[in-house]
Amino acid sequence: MDVMPRWADVILVPVISIILAFAISGLVILGIGENPWDALTTMVSGALGSTYGWGYTLYYATNFIFTGLCVAVAFHARLFNIGGEGQAALGGLGVALVCLAVPWPHWALALPAAILGGALFGAFWAAIPAWAQAWRGSHIVITTIMFNFIAAALLNYLLVNTLKPQGSMDPATARFTEGAHLPTLAEMLNPIGIPFSGAGPANVSFVIALLACLLVWILIWRTRLGYEIRAYGHSEPAAVYAGISPRRIIMLTMMISGALAGLMAINNVMGEAERLVLNSVEGAGFIGIAVALMGRSHPLGVLLAAILFGFLYQGGAELALFTSIPRELIVVIQALVILFTGALDNMVRMPIEALFLRARDRRAAKASAEPPAGPEAKTEPAAR
Amino acid sequence: MDFATLLQILDSTLRLSAPLILACLAGLFSERAGILDIGLEGKMLVAAFASGAVAYTTGSVWIGLLAAIGASMVLSAIHGVASITFRGNQLISGVALNFLAAGMTVLIAQSWFGQGGRTPSLFGGARFEPVTLPFAEALADVPILGPIYADLLSGHSILVYVALLTVPLTWWVLFRTRFGLRLRAVGENPAAVDTAGVSVVGLRYASVAIAGLLCGIAGSYLSTGLQAGFVKDMTAGRGYIALAALIFAKWRPWYALGACLLFGLLQALALRYQNLDIFGIPLPTQIMDAAPYILTVVILAGFVGKAIPPRAGGQPYVKER
Amino acid sequence: MTQTAPAAEAAADAPPAIELRGISKSFGPVKANKDISLNIRRGTIHGIIGENGAGKSTLMSILYGFYKADRGEILIGGKPVDIPDSQAAIRAGIGMVFQHFKLVENFSVLENVVLGAEQGGLLRPSLARARTLLTQLAAEYELNVDPDAKIENLGVGMQQRVEILKALYRQADILILDEPTGVLTPAEADHLFRILRGLRDEGKTIILITHKLREIMEVTDTVSVMRRGEMTGTVKTSETSPQDLAERMVGREVLLRVDKAPATPGETVLDVKDLRVVDDKGVERLRGVSLNVRAGEILGIAGVAGNGQSEILDVLGGTCTATGTVLMNGEEIDLSGKHSDGRSRRRRGIAHVPEDRQRLGLIMDFHAWENTGFGYHDDPAYGSGILMNNAALREDTAGKMERFDVRPPNPALAAKNFSGGNQQKIVLAREIERNPALLLVGQPTRGVDIGAIEFIHQRIVELRDAGKAIILVSVELEEILALSDRIAVIFDGRIMGERLPEETDERELGLLMAGIDHAPGDKPDWQVVEEQLKSKRGEVN
Repeated sequence: MDVMPRWADVILVPVISIILAFAISGLVILGIGENPWDALTTMVSGALGSTYGWGYTLYYATNFIFTGLCVAVAFHARLFNIGGEGQAALGGLGVALVCLAVPWPHWALALPAAILGGALFGAFWAAIPAWAQAWRGSHIVITTIMFNFIAAALLNYLLVNTLKPQGSMDPATARFTEGAHLPTLAEMLNPIGIPFSGAGPANVSFVIALLACLLVWILIWRTRLGYEIRAYGHSEPAAVYAGISPRRIIMLTMMISGALAGLMAINNVMGEAERLVLNSVEGAGFIGIAVALMGRSHPLGVLLAAILFGFLYQGGAELALFTSIPRELIVVIQALVILFTGALDNMVRMPIEALFLRARDRRAAKASAEPPAGPEAKTEPAAR
Repeated sequence: MDFATLLQILDSTLRLSAPLILACLAGLFSERAGILDIGLEGKMLVAAFASGAVAYTTGSVWIGLLAAIGASMVLSAIHGVASITFRGNQLISGVALNFLAAGMTVLIAQSWFGQGGRTPSLFGGARFEPVTLPFAEALADVPILGPIYADLLSGHSILVYVALLTVPLTWWVLFRTRFGLRLRAVGENPAAVDTAGVSVVGLRYASVAIAGLLCGIAGSYLSTGLQAGFVKDMTAGRGYIALAALIFAKWRPWYALGACLLFGLLQALALRYQNLDIFGIPLPTQIMDAAPYILTVVILAGFVGKAIPPRAGGQPYVKER
Repeated sequence: MTQTAPAAEAAADAPPAIELRGISKSFGPVKANKDISLNIRRGTIHGIIGENGAGKSTLMSILYGFYKADRGEILIGGKPVDIPDSQAAIRAGIGMVFQHFKLVENFSVLENVVLGAEQGGLLRPSLARARTLLTQLAAEYELNVDPDAKIENLGVGMQQRVEILKALYRQADILILDEPTGVLTPAEADHLFRILRGLRDEGKTIILITHKLREIMEVTDTVSVMRRGEMTGTVKTSETSPQDLAERMVGREVLLRVDKAPATPGETVLDVKDLRVVDDKGVERLRGVSLNVRAGEILGIAGVAGNGQSEILDVLGGTCTATGTVLMNGEEIDLSGKHSDGRSRRRRGIAHVPEDRQRLGLIMDFHAWENTGFGYHDDPAYGSGILMNNAALREDTAGKMERFDVRPPNPALAAKNFSGGNQQKIVLAREIERNPALLLVGQPTRGVDIGAIEFIHQRIVELRDAGKAIILVSVELEEILALSDRIAVIFDGRIMGERLPEETDERELGLLMAGIDHAPGDKPDWQVVEEQLKSKRGEVN
């Protein structure tokens, strides 16, 4: 029997976890001799106080939506894809190759091609660990970790030896052509009369990210494939019983997951840097884990969590600029969010469940004083 | 490649393998008891920082070592609380701890020393100095064996020898003691241990604590033995390489030594040669960097024997009839 | 076979070996044990009988320190004791053999016996000591096991002996066995009972938890009946009858027979020839099974769990690959798994109610409405193209719940929130309403309350009367005898023979289940089996 009502499970527990994570972050700031309240106001004004700040916040959020969805989709099949970092890096390679291969006349043509390139490369990089799990039984967590490092080495090699333009000392590709330039939010909003700072890198990819959230929602809860993914995630033997092929689900889920990570490259590589540089992902793949956990693998939750982390990232940059708190504060917050919403979930859940149980017992005690209710659904204790 | 170069490469292999061995055995204790640990990296990192910071402040490398072990054990304790007491996801906990370590070390280092997330350079008693083995100088002139003893085996930091000795010690503890029997049992079938009247929680906490101890030594070695001081992210993926070595070794102590030496050799080669020619095929340094991971994937995919992890690994223990 | 226990008579005045006073235990809203009091005399075999979910195992888990009682007292040998964990239970002299063995598979017998009861920090002396003691115990109680064998290489009967040895090594005075015969052949069970009697005669106290009346009557001195968490009475076994116990167990008279008209079988629906299955350890689980089922007929497959009946269901249901030929309405079915799976079997008209409904038949966290589409989720009725029509599923589920009397009839409730019987009804509704040509049913009433058992049996018979073919697998011989029109007995991956229910009885089926297809003569059953097993082991090794 469910102990808690659904709202407590879906909202109360994660909210308390996040409050705990931020409270401890506040203590950390206190501990290094700074004022948490000042830090918070600096972050809020820096990240949300101007369209300049929003331009960065939404740019970061776009990255995290993609990587968060990447982790979330895999979670539904109970696959823990830690490889978002590497998949996004490969996605960057795909996007860069697409952008450099053709002198694109207009971004509206370049973007679909880049989306395809990023998604395919990301999917490919996820497909190998998926194959190793589906056919060879190797643990997806370990292989995806390994593939992050292999991706880093591969990109390092390619950028240093192959993709670097002749004569350049910088391990990066050439700059993409003008036709591959994605419109920034400012370029999109200003013509229709909404003032938006042109400094921030947020661009049309944010709209693609929102679209991706919607598509993932449809995929998970409205398609037969999504049904199969969730069924497989809950129970592999049951899925086999129902004629769902675990191999097919592992492959498809991981490739969708990898494609979503790869899609991130339209934002950071095509939209912002406009060339492929070393370590272009900058840990966004790992933040996807925090985002997916915090968003409880639901696209709406992922969207909200991604915006929160976008705020943290931009706010953290402001902090580093105006105070002596290093940017790494964000990494700490990210760690605490993962810890409390992911690993210490039960620590929050158990006392809350106990509270609800006590409340119910009290209600039951009151009810038992009255004549008994109708036939009970449950006549025997659960077998397990 | 002449003999002297070979000795130098092997010497550097030993130095680079030592932290891998310690971390790998840390993982071995933890995973043999059924607690997956991808937080080796983070534990080493906090230990490296604590060791560097405390050794600098006190001037004593030994106090630094104690601080390293303490810091690493704190992360172990969090991992234990999350994955043993609250039966959380051990992988997620490990990921979180790695980030916590990456962030906290820089944060504290910056607020403590104000040098951009690093400790000041260590010297004198704040570092582990090379230890000269007995008769090293006397035997140095013996052909072949002399240099091997005097140059390769002698002259390392004491922690390198600790790492090497931990291998037989681990084997002995696991396979010859009561504690080892129980530890292996709890990683295979905790219910068997529980019904036999032994505390599953106690054993698992003990194993996680040992992992903390060993990672503490490994981290301390990084900042006070291998290098002179802590720098940001100085573990540089060693925790993950140790994890790879653990799988490569199929969770067995002697094989772990072999795997760590192999991966240490790869690191030594990558350090020494930017591009290595093997039979006319140029091997870029990136291949060397990626080799441990590629090899592990190959092993995991079962192409070179099957890696069967401890059966209860990753599963929180819940009593049931 | 029942003997009076001499030790029991002598110890009549002594304090009871175990005394429970007012034990209560709740899991959330479920009261598993309600105010249970019990006295068990030293040197007796005491049975505790009750249906699944009656609270027997919970009570014993409290005694073994697995759960803490909410209220009540435990006295061992007259002294009150506190049993917070297994260690305390062992100190109090209690040993327990669980239904699911608690052994470390890749450890040797010796290591398993020693685990947790080592002498000193080093292993070798402990192992040497255990080896000597094991030899003694083996001689004393017919508990022969190779001390160096790995557990994973031992059969279940042997593994159970290791469990008993573990308890004896810890010098247990009180031995609790939880459903010990579920995985044993009747002959192995007889051997176990002889061991238990031997232990009792040495003055040990044995508690046998079971839901099988036969065992209670055969081996116990006294018996307590549990129903819905309550102790409904304790009697001397010699002064009661199976009917009396059964009534106490379910609270009313039991219907042992199902009302059904004689079968009128039609065409052969399923024809299985030379079915072979090799599992992932390389063990042959099916060794050439042939059988057929006709329309309008229930074929029951009897056998001790683990002899291959599950594999037959798995192969026919499409979740396990095999060799051999299977003709469904004359058309061959692919068994290699390359061109077929559970989905294609369903398209062929094979419906499957799996043995383990919680693990296979349902997704416990899915809503009831999601579960009624499970396996049929690509049905055009449930959506178009790649999209699913959740509203259609909900509506369909509401109808099924009404027709199968699922309570509460709420399609939005998660499967885990229904009782065992109602979960089974959800699965049955899904499979039966597909109107399959062939229905595979495994353990249809395991863990199901009595009221639902009758309902489920009726539905299966109705489907037969509608001219469908049915294969029934059950470990309950009574159920097989009551439902089947024809009975095939399986042993060690082979069909030992087929019988008609009206021409056979439990004893004959029991012998077939033990692999004996001839009259045993003057030797007791267990001896014949033992010899057969020995000669077989000789061949293998």
